[in-house]
Amino acid sequence: MSIPLLSTLIFFPIVGGLSLLAVPRQQTGTIRLMALIISLIELVLTIPLIVLFDKNTHAMQFRELHPWISALNINYSLGIDGISILFLVLTALIIVLSILVSWESISEKVQEFFIAMLLLEGVMMGVFCALDFFLFYVFWETMLIPMFLIIGIWGGPNRIYATVKFFLYTLVGSLLMLVGIILLYQNGGQTFDVLKLAGQPYSLKLQLLLFWAFFAAFAVKVPMWPVHTWLPDAHTEAPTAGSVILAGVLIKMGAYGFLRFSLPILPMASQKMLMPMLILSVIAIVYGAVICLAQTDLKRLIAYSSVSHMGFVTLGLFALNQRGLEGSILQMINHGLVTGALFLAVGMIYERTHSREISVYGGLASTMPVFAGFFMLFTLAAVGLPGTNGFIGEFLILLGGFECRPWLAVVASSGLILGAWYMLWLYQRVFFNEVKESMQGLAQLNLREIIILTPMVILILWIGLFPNGLLSFMHVSVGHLLEQVHGSGLVQSAVISGLTMHP
Amino acid sequence: MIVPAAIDWSVIVPILPELLLVGVAILLIGLDLFLPNEHQLLPWLTIVGSLAALIMVLGARPTAGFGGMFLLDGYAVVFKTICLATVIMIALMSEQFRNLIRMRQGEYYSLLMLSLVGMLLMASAGDLMVLYLGLELMALPVYALVGLHKRGQWTSEAAVKYFLTGGFASALLLFGMSLLYGLTGTTEISRIAEVISSGHLAGSSAMLAALGLCLVGCCFKVAVAPFHFWTPDVYEGAPTIITAFMSVAPKAAGFALFGRIFFFGLPHLHDHWGPILACLALLTMAVGNITALCQHNLKRMLAYSSVAHAGYAVLGLLAGTAEGIAATMTYLVIYLFMNLGAFAILMLLTSADGSGDTLDDCRGLATRHPLAAAMMLVFLFSLTGIPPTGGFIGKFYLLKSAFVAGYTLTVVGAVLFSAISAYFYLRVVRYMYMNEPVQHSSLTVSHGMHAALVLCVLGVLGTGIFPGSLLNWTVTLLTGFL
Repeated sequence: MSIPLLSTLIFFPIVGGLSLLAVPRQQTGTIRLMALIISLIELVLTIPLIVLFDKNTHAMQFRELHPWISALNINYSLGIDGISILFLVLTALIIVLSILVSWESISEKVQEFFIAMLLLEGVMMGVFCALDFFLFYVFWETMLIPMFLIIGIWGGPNRIYATVKFFLYTLVGSLLMLVGIILLYQNGGQTFDVLKLAGQPYSLKLQLLLFWAFFAAFAVKVPMWPVHTWLPDAHTEAPTAGSVILAGVLIKMGAYGFLRFSLPILPMASQKMLMPMLILSVIAIVYGAVICLAQTDLKRLIAYSSVSHMGFVTLGLFALNQRGLEGSILQMINHGLVTGALFLAVGMIYERTHSREISVYGGLASTMPVFAGFFMLFTLAAVGLPGTNGFIGEFLILLGGFECRPWLAVVASSGLILGAWYMLWLYQRVFFNEVKESMQGLAQLNLREIIILTPMVILILWIGLFPNGLLSFMHVSVGHLLEQVHGSGLVQSAVISGLTMHP
Repeated sequence: MIVPAAIDWSVIVPILPELLLVGVAILLIGLDLFLPNEHQLLPWLTIVGSLAALIMVLGARPTAGFGGMFLLDGYAVVFKTICLATVIMIALMSEQFRNLIRMRQGEYYSLLMLSLVGMLLMASAGDLMVLYLGLELMALPVYALVGLHKRGQWTSEAAVKYFLTGGFASALLLFGMSLLYGLTGTTEISRIAEVISSGHLAGSSAMLAALGLCLVGCCFKVAVAPFHFWTPDVYEGAPTIITAFMSVAPKAAGFALFGRIFFFGLPHLHDHWGPILACLALLTMAVGNITALCQHNLKRMLAYSSVAHAGYAVLGLLAGTAEGIAATMTYLVIYLFMNLGAFAILMLLTSADGSGDTLDDCRGLATRHPLAAAMMLVFLFSLTGIPPTGGFIGKFYLLKSAFVAGYTLTVVGAVLFSAISAYFYLRVVRYMYMNEPVQHSSLTVSHGMHAALVLCVLGVLGTGIFPGSLLNWTVTLLTGFL
């Protein structure tokens, strides 16, 4: 019997988080340090996954299967494939950085904060590992509790409105999915096993019904237009760590849900609904970008840029071809890194100026040159400059989009231009122009902050220059997914032909 | 011709737990009378007596006594367990409450016991007569308990209101039962089902009248809208501990009554009562959840929330299947933990003069008393139905069984109302965690309260994370003995 790696990944941070309860509340230093160590060990624990992962099979790996609720045929079933493995690593990394960035900015209810962060980490790992629909739902919903608290307790001035809105939006969507899950259970042979549920001959009507039930949950989480309105509020009001987790991991779960459940289980409906989904994606891309131009709040601008970027992700998803899907998964990782990095950076200057208004800033490039350099790279990655990871993802997605519906891809490309506009304009307003008086004498980045931002820089450039390192994990799994969607034989032309592209 | 032999004492074996509890009740009064200074004995005796009864019930083999009038089947065992467990919890919490409000100790505990006996009888009733007797034995002590705190401003009003509406409901139920007897010629519940099926009585208008009267009576008892109007006032007026008791045990007994009449007695009329109950369930959830949205008083909010939860519990009943009944029973077990837990925290907040049960009073509780706030958090998320708490498992099972029975739209409605309920449960969380405390009063917690709270938290999380054994328990008890 080998070590249950995935269970360890899920329960280590949960147990670790609860162990913080043993530390007296006043010893905040100890609590911070323990949380950091736990999250670092968790990150180290993902290394064996990457090393032992077999890239040549689409089968689920590191399987764990135990009966959980035998009366309803529910199992504790875990496993990962090329689609989910990268998210585990991303989650572990993002949590480490979030804990580091909260080092000084969280000064009240410190114990509760770090417990919430670690519990959230474990639960998010569970979402990406679960292969039983019920188990997935349990993790998916449990996640709401710590996130609700993180935004609501440690957030900005309007935090309560934001967190309640976030909670209710996601709850309504999830509950509709729950009804869908029960419907699927009834029609799929009384099982919640995702692998068994896929590939069954459901009628088209049932598939469409289920598709929209799942859509309710996943689209809210992504968030797709027009159910995106919780995101700007939640992103803006959340503490830096909360924004980073939201942008870095949480909203990826919606797209992951489409990948893991909607596409393989409901192939006919996915194809039937291709057009509406693509159109919603393109609307999100353009609409999010245009709204960004009108923002006066730093965090809000980045939040709306997330809407636009996630539009690219869903565009690639529903292009339903190899390039689009791989680009989409890669772009999720990229967006997690880049937007996460942007939120981290904004959090750092917010700690110095206590303002998110763009108009307050100006001339930071001369007062905080190192910071300006970091931010420049993140901006360029967000814009999708060749050489950064953003380029690879968006390029693949647009290629996939062109194969699928050329004119939609043309419209979507305008999102890139708008993206360059609002991001560079933001950079200009914050870092150039004349030096505002309030910007004088701001402290330079300290070592902790540089340590936080450096891994992001390395990853952005590494993925930008050598994307195959990540793409190689996906090829086989994505190919298999496409076979499930299109029926085998149809997609052979698209599979793995010439995808060893370098910029 | 059978010669009457000496009395066969073995017939009383099935009702031994009830007899034991009656004995305890009498002993409690005696203790109060003759040893007035030994008040700490009373809760102890209550707990020990109930525990002994609980062990007897759980260990009993399925039997029927008194010619089928008294059934000790799986169905009865589950409901008896719920009622006994509730009383044990309430007795644990009572010490805390006694410190706050001077209540008549002896009467309090003995009435509690007698009401418990009534509930146990209801759960076991195989005959309409026993059912009604149990119902009245349960209800009368509760009327008195509601009014026990004589000088309270609202308690007398609550007691009178409860008494009048309760009496009215009992009368309607009795009328319905008499019609049933008139139509079928028997009061034995299983015989009624047989006669209806063999005599094709299902469609007759008199039968429908009987069905309607029983339905209204039962709905009054479990506070299903539109027969819930007594609930908020009575719950708010009664001493908090009695409210906690009433929102769980008599409600569970009410569901036992519901199931005995409709699931066991009138299964052939399911086509009639299923859809009606579906509408009532939706109405109940709507009324309970939407009205709770605008309550500032926590006790009143929990009262409306318990109305809403009755609506959820009906979901299993209306399915008319064994799985549905099992789901309702499972839900009631989980509800016992989460609702009593929430009320326990409310009792901690309540100050000596009975005030302190508004939202403002839990402002900043997380700073004042982190542990109490964390426990309340668990209970509130469970009441909302968020995993990994028991509330989610219970709700899921209910939704599933109603869905399987074909009530798709009802399920969708239930889910939406459940989302609405999140708003007012979360509002309490907001006040506790996201507002600054107004005053720094420390909470005093008695040992019994500690134990009860720990049990509730363990119950809520245990049923949420390891629900398998609970589900297996209810399902096998129900299907094994049917």
